[in-house]
Amino acid sequence: MDSGNVAWVLVSTALVLFMTPGLAFFYGGMVRSRNVLNMLMMNFWCVLIVPIVWAVVGFSLAFSGKGGFIGDLSWSTLKGTLFQIDEASGLPIMLIAIFLATFAAITPALISGAVADRMKFSAWAIFVPLWSLLVYCPVAFWIYGGLFNGEVTGWLGKRGSLDFAGGTVIHVNAGIAALAAVLVLGKRKGWPKEGHPPHSMPLVMIGTGILWFGWFGFNAGSALGANAVAVQSFTNTFLAAAAAGLAWCLVERIKDGHVTTLGAASGVVAGLVAITPGAGFVAGMSSIWIGIAAGVICAFAVSVKFKFGFDDSLDVVGVHFVGGLVGSLLIGLFADPVALKGTFSAGLLKGGGLSLLGEQALANGVTIVFSFAVTFALLKVLDATIGIRVPEEDEFSGLDVSQHAETSYNFGEVTMGRG
Amino acid sequence: MKLVTAIIKPFKLDDVKSALKESGVVGVTVTEVRGFGRQGGHTETYRGTEYQVDFLPKVKVEVIVDDADVSGVVDTIVSSAGTDKIGDGKVWVTTIDELVRIRTGERGAEAI
Repeated sequence: MDSGNVAWVLVSTALVLFMTPGLAFFYGGMVRSRNVLNMLMMNFWCVLIVPIVWAVVGFSLAFSGKGGFIGDLSWSTLKGTLFQIDEASGLPIMLIAIFLATFAAITPALISGAVADRMKFSAWAIFVPLWSLLVYCPVAFWIYGGLFNGEVTGWLGKRGSLDFAGGTVIHVNAGIAALAAVLVLGKRKGWPKEGHPPHSMPLVMIGTGILWFGWFGFNAGSALGANAVAVQSFTNTFLAAAAAGLAWCLVERIKDGHVTTLGAASGVVAGLVAITPGAGFVAGMSSIWIGIAAGVICAFAVSVKFKFGFDDSLDVVGVHFVGGLVGSLLIGLFADPVALKGTFSAGLLKGGGLSLLGEQALANGVTIVFSFAVTFALLKVLDATIGIRVPEEDEFSGLDVSQHAETSYNFGEVTMGRG
Repeated sequence: MKLVTAIIKPFKLDDVKSALKESGVVGVTVTEVRGFGRQGGHTETYRGTEYQVDFLPKVKVEVIVDDADVSGVVDTIVSSAGTDKIGDGKVWVTTIDELVRIRTGERGAEAI
C-alpha cells in the first residue's frame, strides 16, 4: 500500500464531498429567494442518505463480483474491504468505496436543479435513494463493474467504452433523468411567460468556485493514485473549465451583447462536465478543444427547453446532459493512449479508427434509454402514491416555508417571536 | 402643516439630504420603493433569456414642514434631485390634519 497514493485519494474524497454543497450554492443562487433553503436541502439530503445506502449495499451492487450487468453482495456493508487491496491501484477497497460514495451522492443531487421550485421534499427524500439503487448502481456496473476485481466485466466497459470519472455514468445519466423528472413533474406555474431570474449571483459564483476546486478531486482523484495520469487529469480539468468559461462568455457577447457572471459560471461548469469522461484519456491541448466545444454547444443548448416547452429550471439537461455527452463522444476523437502510456483505444484523431466513437455512442445511448425509462417510471409510481408536487399555494408562497418551516433571509426588524 | 413627498433617483439621495439639512429641515423619512413612469425599465439577461424589469428602484423622501416653508423645501428638492434626464421623479404636497410628537405629546406645528 503506497502511502502517497492513499493520501491523495483520501484528500480527493474530501474534495469531491465538498462539491455537493458547492452545487447546492450554484443552484441555490439561481432560484428565487423563497426557494433557496429547499434547494440547499435537496442537495444536502443526497450527502446524508446516499453514502449510507452506498455503504450498506450500493457500492457492492455497482462494483463487486465479475458479472456483466449488476454486482453481487460480496462487498455489502463494506465487510472485509479494509484489508482487501485492489491490485491495479494498490488501494484498500474500502478507500475506493468511500471515495466513490461522494460520486454516488452528487449524481442525484445534479437532478435537483431541474425540479427546482415545485417538488415535494418528502418525494425527493424517497426518490434519491431509490434512484441511486435502481439507476445509478446498474449503470455504474455496466461501465466499471469488475474493475476492482482485476478486470472490467460490466458489459459496456468490457466492449471498450471509456468513462474516466463519470461523464456517462454521472452527467449523462443524471441529465437525462432530469429530463424525465421534469416531464413527470410538469412546468412551474407561470413558466415560461413569467420570469424566474436568479436571486443571488454571488451565491452562484461561490458555488462555481467550490465546484471547480472539488472537481480536481473528482477527476485527478479518479486516477486512484498520485501519478502521471492524475497530473494529466488535473491539468485537463483546469484548462477545459477555463476554455469553456471563455467560450460561453464569447458566445454571449456576440449573441446577447454582454458578458455575464452566470454565463462565465455556466461555462466553467459545462467545461468541467465535458472533461470528466476524458480527463485521464486525453492529453496535450485536447482539453482546451473539449472545453471550447462544451462552452459553445451548452450556451446554445440551454435555450432548447423554450423551444420544446420542458421546464428544466436550472438547465441540468442543457449543461450536464449535453456537456457530458459532448465530452464523452469527444473521447472518440481525442483519446491518446500513447501520450498517457495507457492501454485504452485511441481516438479518431490520434490514430485510432471509428470504433471507440461507436462504443462511446453505444454506452451513452444505452444509458439514456435506461435512465430515462426507469426515472420516468419511478416518479410516476411516487406521484400516484405519495404525490411529487407541492400544492399550487405552496409553490406560490415558496418551498422554504412550506417544506422546511424556515426563511432564508430574515432581514428587517419585523421578524418573529416564540410561538 | 404639509407633507412634502418626493420620488427621486436613488443616487441623488445624498444631495437631497444635504440640501435639505442646509435649508434647515430637521427630519426626513426615506423609503426604498419601486415604480415605473415614462423612463421605462431595463432588461436583464440570464443564460440568454431576457427579462424585462419594469419597476425601477427609486427612493421616496418624506418631509413634514410648516405651511410657510413648503415652497422653499419643494424648490430645494427639485434643484438638488434634478439631472435634467427622464426619470428624475416627482414632488407633491399634501395637507396634514394632525401631528403629534410621541416623546412629549406636543401637537401641531410644535411637533415638527
